[in-house]
Amino acid sequence: MSSPSSSDGRGVAEAERSPAWTREYEGILDAYEKAGGKPDVLQVPRVASAVISASKVLSVNEIEGISIEAKETEHGVQARITVAPGTRVEHPVHLCFGMTESEGLQEIDSQFEIGEGADVGFLAHCTFPNAVKLKHVMDAQIHVGPGATMRYREAHYHGPEGGIEVLPTTHAQVDEGGRLETEFNLTEGRVGRMAIAFTADVEARGAAELIAKAYGSGDDDISVNEVVRLNGQGARGVTKTRVAVRDRARSEITTTAEGNAPDARGHMDCTEIVRGAAEARNIPIVVVRDDRARVTHEAAIGSVSKKELETLMARGLDEEQAVDVIIRGMLRG
Amino acid sequence: MKRELLQVEGLSVQRPGAEVLRGVNLRVGNAEVHALLGLNGSGKTSLALALMGAEGYRAEKGRILLDGHDITHLSVTERAQLGLTLAWQTPARFEGLPVADYLALGMDEPSRERMEEALEAVALAPRAYMGRAVDGALSGGERKRIELAAVYAMQPRLAILDEPDSGIDVLCLEDVISLVRRMADSGTSVLLITHRDEMTNVADRASLMCAGAVVKSGTPEDVRDYFARRCRPHEDLLGSQPWGAEAGGTYQRVIAEGARDE
Repeated sequence: MSSPSSSDGRGVAEAERSPAWTREYEGILDAYEKAGGKPDVLQVPRVASAVISASKVLSVNEIEGISIEAKETEHGVQARITVAPGTRVEHPVHLCFGMTESEGLQEIDSQFEIGEGADVGFLAHCTFPNAVKLKHVMDAQIHVGPGATMRYREAHYHGPEGGIEVLPTTHAQVDEGGRLETEFNLTEGRVGRMAIAFTADVEARGAAELIAKAYGSGDDDISVNEVVRLNGQGARGVTKTRVAVRDRARSEITTTAEGNAPDARGHMDCTEIVRGAAEARNIPIVVVRDDRARVTHEAAIGSVSKKELETLMARGLDEEQAVDVIIRGMLRG
Repeated sequence: MKRELLQVEGLSVQRPGAEVLRGVNLRVGNAEVHALLGLNGSGKTSLALALMGAEGYRAEKGRILLDGHDITHLSVTERAQLGLTLAWQTPARFEGLPVADYLALGMDEPSRERMEEALEAVALAPRAYMGRAVDGALSGGERKRIELAAVYAMQPRLAILDEPDSGIDVLCLEDVISLVRRMADSGTSVLLITHRDEMTNVADRASLMCAGAVVKSGTPEDVRDYFARRCRPHEDLLGSQPWGAEAGGTYQRVIAEGARDE
């Protein structure tokens, strides 16, 4: 393992706690909190965690059954997280990625290897509170072993300026009987430009559930492209997308579900709310290559329902407040 | 009648293809339970929406006074902020909005105690419902009770309850009646819209709507009796939009004859 680590929960050797380290660590933890993270959790020894600021690995805490290797690169970090077969992880692994600078590039290459029969959750917060001209590129490879379960929730905070490009690309392989649940959340602050590309290959009796939620404003640009290939008998796949755009923001959600094997079941569910001069598109693509497979989709794009709006206004909320309650609820649901 | 809180004077509302309210006159007193009876399609819900200021139901003629203030041209929000609210006949659903948050929306000073009291008032266990979302996972009956609880928690000056008994089984009618009485006892006026005669038992006064107009107001007994004698026998014949051309003027004759009987 190349990154500093220790068993005291702060995950760094005493000698490395220089004033500069402390400043950067505290800075990224402030940012982490803005993204919804709880800094105290990063101090708990029994919770596996990693804190990465720009291209620095500030802390790593490993626990039994979870190995986190992190290597600093020119513009970011390469990380490999391995969960040993059969490991049942009680608390989610906490990951903090971010930059406190206003400009720059962060590239994260990550690999997740979830061993056979393991069960693990991840809680990742990506935070760029001061972004004016920033680019965050993430390339992730996920392998969920046979019968294993991985739950990955990622929340982003990009600050109020919208001067950021977020480009995450993920490929997931879910082996027989495995289960992958992911949730991507960008509902506070501005989005900037975001292009999510996610592909999942699901083998027999495996399942993948991909959830993406975003709230765009100003001239934010949201693009989500998800592909779920149900390759094995009885494989299951669901994509659920909840997006709201207002002002001049744009969103384009493309989801593809392929039923490539007997008894495969796929479903795509997209709801988008549009306000002002914003624009939303949804492109569901259904591909079925086996006559015993079934793939369905549902989409609703439009303004807020008049009845929902008037119900909340009849409680005393003005129209903007009511719209906000409806959108926040949709993004939470 | 108790001191007037709501006065509706000659209110007319036009919808595409139909005049749904035709010169409605109605008075509701302070802390009074006022039952509004009428067959399906008589204009009760249209009146509720017009009183609340819903889009598409703005007054073409006439005016609405709340405690002497003309609210005819105010928005839904402004009316609500003056203490007027509506429990919809078929309540909206809100994905991801917890019941507790929904109840708190209309409360000046949200408190857990008040929210729990509101849920208990509609016979829902607070612990089981506070954290649930007000969405499609709830049954119609549960959603209806939560809507009533939200109105109760808000402590409005005037609550319009549009058929609070629909979608709730007969055994639970007592819960609804008890809730209405509690609201009135705490100072809220209730305009109770219903087409079930027995619901008028809880009312202090009542009015009967027919063909988009209030044709009779008085004691609940009088209005119920009139409703039973003059309207119920014609229910099948009159259909859901009795004043439409397809009714061939039957409805107008019934009302006119009824009025002459008085």
